[in-house]
Amino acid sequence: MRVKTFFGGIHPKYEKETTAGSPIEILPAPETLVVSMDQHTGAPAAPVVAKGDTVKVGQVIGETSHGISAPIHSPVSGKVTAVEPRLHPCGSSRMAVVIENDGRDEWVERENHNDPVQLDRNTILQKIKDAGIVGMGGGGFPAAVKLSPPKNAVIDYLILNGSECEPYLTADHRVMVEYADDVILGAKLMAKVCGARKIIIAVEDNKPDAITALQERAGAIEIVPVATKYPQGGEKQLIKAVTGREVPSRGLPFQAGTIVHNVSTALAVTRAVRDGEPSIMRVVTVTGGVVNEPKNFLARIGTPFEYLFEAAGGFKEEPGKILVGGPMMGVTQISLDTPVVKTVTGLVALSKDDSSLPESIPCIKCARCVDVCPAYLMPLRLEAFGMNEMWDEAAEYGAMDCIECGCCSYICPSKRPLLQYIRLAKREIAAANRRKSS
Amino acid sequence: MSTTVVSLISMGTMGALFALGLAVASKKFAVETDPRVDEIEEVLPGVNCGACGFAGCRSFAEGVASGKAPTNGCPVGGARVAKLVAEILGVEDQGSAGRKVAQVLCKGGHEEAKRRGDYMGPQDCRIANAVQGGDKGCSYGCLGYGTCASVCPFDAIVMNENGLPVVLEDKCTACGKCVAACPRDIIVLVDEVQGVHIRCRSEELGRAVRSVCSVGCIACRRCEKACPTGAITVEDNLARIDYDKCINCRKCVEVCPMNTIEAQEGKPVIKKKSAS
Repeated sequence: MRVKTFFGGIHPKYEKETTAGSPIEILPAPETLVVSMDQHTGAPAAPVVAKGDTVKVGQVIGETSHGISAPIHSPVSGKVTAVEPRLHPCGSSRMAVVIENDGRDEWVERENHNDPVQLDRNTILQKIKDAGIVGMGGGGFPAAVKLSPPKNAVIDYLILNGSECEPYLTADHRVMVEYADDVILGAKLMAKVCGARKIIIAVEDNKPDAITALQERAGAIEIVPVATKYPQGGEKQLIKAVTGREVPSRGLPFQAGTIVHNVSTALAVTRAVRDGEPSIMRVVTVTGGVVNEPKNFLARIGTPFEYLFEAAGGFKEEPGKILVGGPMMGVTQISLDTPVVKTVTGLVALSKDDSSLPESIPCIKCARCVDVCPAYLMPLRLEAFGMNEMWDEAAEYGAMDCIECGCCSYICPSKRPLLQYIRLAKREIAAANRRKSS
Repeated sequence: MSTTVVSLISMGTMGALFALGLAVASKKFAVETDPRVDEIEEVLPGVNCGACGFAGCRSFAEGVASGKAPTNGCPVGGARVAKLVAEILGVEDQGSAGRKVAQVLCKGGHEEAKRRGDYMGPQDCRIANAVQGGDKGCSYGCLGYGTCASVCPFDAIVMNENGLPVVLEDKCTACGKCVAACPRDIIVLVDEVQGVHIRCRSEELGRAVRSVCSVGCIACRRCEKACPTGAITVEDNLARIDYDKCINCRKCVEVCPMNTIEAQEGKPVIKKKSAS
């Protein structure tokens, strides 16, 4: 049988062997945690605690009334030592609450439900919202918002994304193996909220142990192995692979009758609804060529990167580049003081050799980028438009449909910075649209 | 009849018919154009820079002819073109709108300002700025990858060895392309006569500025106190100059401990300044 997949894509070196088999290690909370107020797509939360306040685990420390946002909870018990802008994985400073851990792990009152599937839809949705759950695959879109599509939308499928197509990362993989029950329960809860008729969990076929673990407990849920190909985990690509449906250009998945959530988000939903635990921890893969003992950690939100790398045995040599997320779409970091936020799927430390950039030479019009573009675009043309500031033409050629997966830059034999210029064009087009509408 | 005569007659008749058709069409389908538009376009610089707010020189010429644009609306042409345009239209010359030039409000080049990372991507400030907010230690300062110089249609900006853009004022036409392209918003268009500039945009506290740059504004307020016309105010940890009040007296330049404020040579003190 042919494995389901999408058009285009690439086969990078996956480098997952080092951590794919290592069980999730629970990382003790560090002494000081920096909890950012900006951990999701949408409006950042505003701190509701002040310097000197004592906080308990799970206490709300940041919230906002804005529609697209998520509250932030304290990951430890202790004392607030500062409320000030601190370095964020995006590179600039964002408002954060700094908490001195007292080591007692005193919780706020938690509400348990032994059979959470019996709860009514609105109660589950409210619990997901209050727990501050956001897309844990790296997107960070508030889960409660994503689970509330417009009233007239018919949701046929809830697809759980277990592809984890980024090289190096194994956090979702380990979650599926070790927390299969919780992932399945989370899927059921989310399906109840959005009214999906069918639940599908899509897993890349390079994770047979995860597929087996889920299949043993699946019941009515369908576990679909999908081809091991990057970017299989892209929302639109996954929908196409699993259901054969296309999300319209610039559209949202519900327009194709689907809602996609990450498997780690499903785990967080189970934790929130069943155990009353807000989103204060996540699984982070700490790996890369220069890390001594690559591992998967269950870390508290707000843990500095340095602490994680130390727990992974430190560096063999000075790293050339440190990434949040995988090497394809990950974001370079400038400091190890940066804390973990809800969207940090992994930390990858690459050696100087691995992180050097090849010199780019002129385009030979081989169109390999066209062959691999999963969004059916012509990256070579878009790059040329971007370099020559032809924003209108770039928009005409569909620049805004680019999902920024980087397949074009990866495959290019001339090593051209294709994605960089497409991104520039996207930003300029968005800015021009904003000017037009204002 | 010989072949020559036949062909002469037939070709001649056909030619006459086509000529007649064309003559009729040119009268019947003639598009009325304002002859002044062509004349105005003739005197414009013709670089289609868009600084006038129109799509190009032709469209500006149409705008002027139809009264939608002022006769001195072309900043590139200046007083000379304004006069010619006014002559074509037969209206009074309004003079030049006051020549402006671009000023770069950052002095922190390779020597003065620290970098916090090694950027290896394409040499474009806008792309560099999107990677972790740029590799410069100062999140307000010039990134130095020369996007302003590369977008300038008049070659009026060059990058110096210190990694800072230098505006060649005699070439600058204030078209504003560099202003729009700069991701750090550190280029502004200022009246040519103004010769004193606070070359810093950082709103960080003094200590934070010093830690990344040796020529950044630390908001010590000395310039504010020294200014005789009240042109300088310190707001959000940054000295800001009101060019409507500044008379190029250079008192602020003398007191600035960081050398952030710079006086340009060849721009004398302005004696009379109409209060605005």
